[in-house]
Amino acid sequence: MLEISGLAAAVNGQQILNGIDLVVPSGEVHAIMGPNGSGKSTLAYVLAGREGYEVTAGSVRFEGRDLLALSPEERAVAGVFLAFQYPVELPGVGNANFLRTALNALRRARGESELDAVQFLKLARAEAKRLSIPEDMFKRNVNVGFSGGEKKRNEVLQLAILRPKLAILDETDSGLDIDALKIVADGVNALRGPDFSALVITHYQRLLDFIIPDRVHVLLGGRIVRSGGPELARELEASGYAGLTAEAA
Amino acid sequence: MNAILDAPARGFLACYEATKNLLPGDAGMREQAARLFRARGLPTPREEAWKYTPLRALNEFDFKTPAARAASEAISAPALAAELGPRLSFINGRAQNLSPELPNGIRLESFAERPVLGMTADGQYNFIETLNVMLAADGAVLEVTEGQDAHTLVLLHLAALAEAEAVGLHVRHRITLKRKARLTLIELATGAGRYLHNPFIEISLEEGASLQHVRLQEESAQAFHLGAVAAKIGAGARYDAFFLHLGAQLSRTELHVMLEEPSASFQFGAAQLLRSAQHGDITTEIFHRAPGCASRQTVKSVIDERARGVFQGRITVERGAQKTDGYQMNQALLLSSEAEIDSKPQLEIYADDVKCSHGATVGEIDPEQIFYLRSRGVPEAEARGILVQAFLAEALETVQAETARNMLNAAVERWWEGRAQ
Repeated sequence: MLEISGLAAAVNGQQILNGIDLVVPSGEVHAIMGPNGSGKSTLAYVLAGREGYEVTAGSVRFEGRDLLALSPEERAVAGVFLAFQYPVELPGVGNANFLRTALNALRRARGESELDAVQFLKLARAEAKRLSIPEDMFKRNVNVGFSGGEKKRNEVLQLAILRPKLAILDETDSGLDIDALKIVADGVNALRGPDFSALVITHYQRLLDFIIPDRVHVLLGGRIVRSGGPELARELEASGYAGLTAEAA
Repeated sequence: MNAILDAPARGFLACYEATKNLLPGDAGMREQAARLFRARGLPTPREEAWKYTPLRALNEFDFKTPAARAASEAISAPALAAELGPRLSFINGRAQNLSPELPNGIRLESFAERPVLGMTADGQYNFIETLNVMLAADGAVLEVTEGQDAHTLVLLHLAALAEAEAVGLHVRHRITLKRKARLTLIELATGAGRYLHNPFIEISLEEGASLQHVRLQEESAQAFHLGAVAAKIGAGARYDAFFLHLGAQLSRTELHVMLEEPSASFQFGAAQLLRSAQHGDITTEIFHRAPGCASRQTVKSVIDERARGVFQGRITVERGAQKTDGYQMNQALLLSSEAEIDSKPQLEIYADDVKCSHGATVGEIDPEQIFYLRSRGVPEAEARGILVQAFLAEALETVQAETARNMLNAAVERWWEGRAQ
């Protein structure tokens, strides 16, 4: 589904990614772990198409298409979803309206019929219930006045409603207590299936107790320095990244 | 001694000379205004109050009095939903069938029959009012009787001109709400062609009265709009105004509000949306003259391309106006690097126990917000539209009358869709 080869990228002229090779097949969940500054969030933003992230080498193919040639909205239409590490507040934009606008933008671009307010609310309420998200979250402005945990749950609610083929979770676990973490994990696990892949970016192993990855990759200095099964996450939890730094050097 | 008058000033005086014997009302007062106008002419940017709004563009025109048109010439403007309420129409500055099915409790006369002229500005030269006093030909003189709720009334100003020549439309209204009377006034200004619209509205609210005034200014792209409202608010009375300004190549709207008696209140929300080379100016002057009065003003501007917006707001708290609560906020969203906003707040406080504040913010659309929406599949132009409407939403939400609010939201959408992509 996702094939990254030799990807290098710079931000403000500073090289952050130094040749990433990674393949995430359909139906698999891969975790990307690494210390602060290793390039995890940069990778997430490059995949989502954020401005200011300059790809200096390499390619990214998504279902065979050149992902890097697409605008952010075209990537969303293709089926890529980024759960933001810091979800953005949109004062004056109601959450329900935002979710429906997003869903209908995707449906329109895919040649599907748009949902009216009633159809949408029915769908949205069912998803919110499944994720234990109170309904008043629909009435509030997007992320405005939300606690850290509410913002992350709102990202997972969007994930559940928009149903992408590839979800990139950028430190969705940070700042969450154990209950919120379980809700987030349940939301992701519910989507797992042969046509869904995920890239779970995290600093800690904790989230991976609930979302069991098929593969774990360690990112250091803008490169993947090790890959392995779920046991690699536990190993890192015990030994830390320090040993790997030496090994990579 | 006469100032050296430029073309539009000479044109306005020529209009006056040609029509003064036909104009209704106090000829002496008009002559006084004409004398003042001869001496002072059009304000220039050297005058503090007009520093940010040059009237140079008026130089190209010589505004004439419009030819009389048959009242039967029915014209429908797009913004006019019939469900808004009974309607008073002024077409090309003249009342049309000024006898709609009015709710109980409204007394209506035409200015042409019962002219009420008068200078409201305190001995100072006010160009917009002087021009109006000199040339006002028609208007509505409206009174809501004591204790009556007159519900909604629509006041339409429509310019429908085929003439090649530019014309000046000078209308004058007086709206009085007696004790505890209530009214929602929806004012629309729109039209086609090249004209100067110079409406002046005098408002008087007696004790406990409540006026909600919603205005949509959607003049033609070639029009000039120089209008003013002068309001006197009595004890415990409230004047809630919301103005949405989208049209005219050059517009200036002045609000002069006197909070005359204790616990009078004035709430003002405004939004001006400007693009191309439009110039829009909202100037307010609020006088707190009695204790315990409140004024709140929130003015938002969205400015695109080479347009320029101006907000000048002055709050004067007179001696003895203790426990005054005055608030003023000006926020501008600039959509292009050439867009400009000039913001001038002024507080003059002569009482010692008051709460007054003002603030201003200027910015562009946050690229993070655009990216967030785009990452969810919303195309960039739509994302920008959503964020511009969100910026305005907070202001528009204050409009209580739902039909009026829907009308304003639709106008904002029209404006956004008319944007050059």
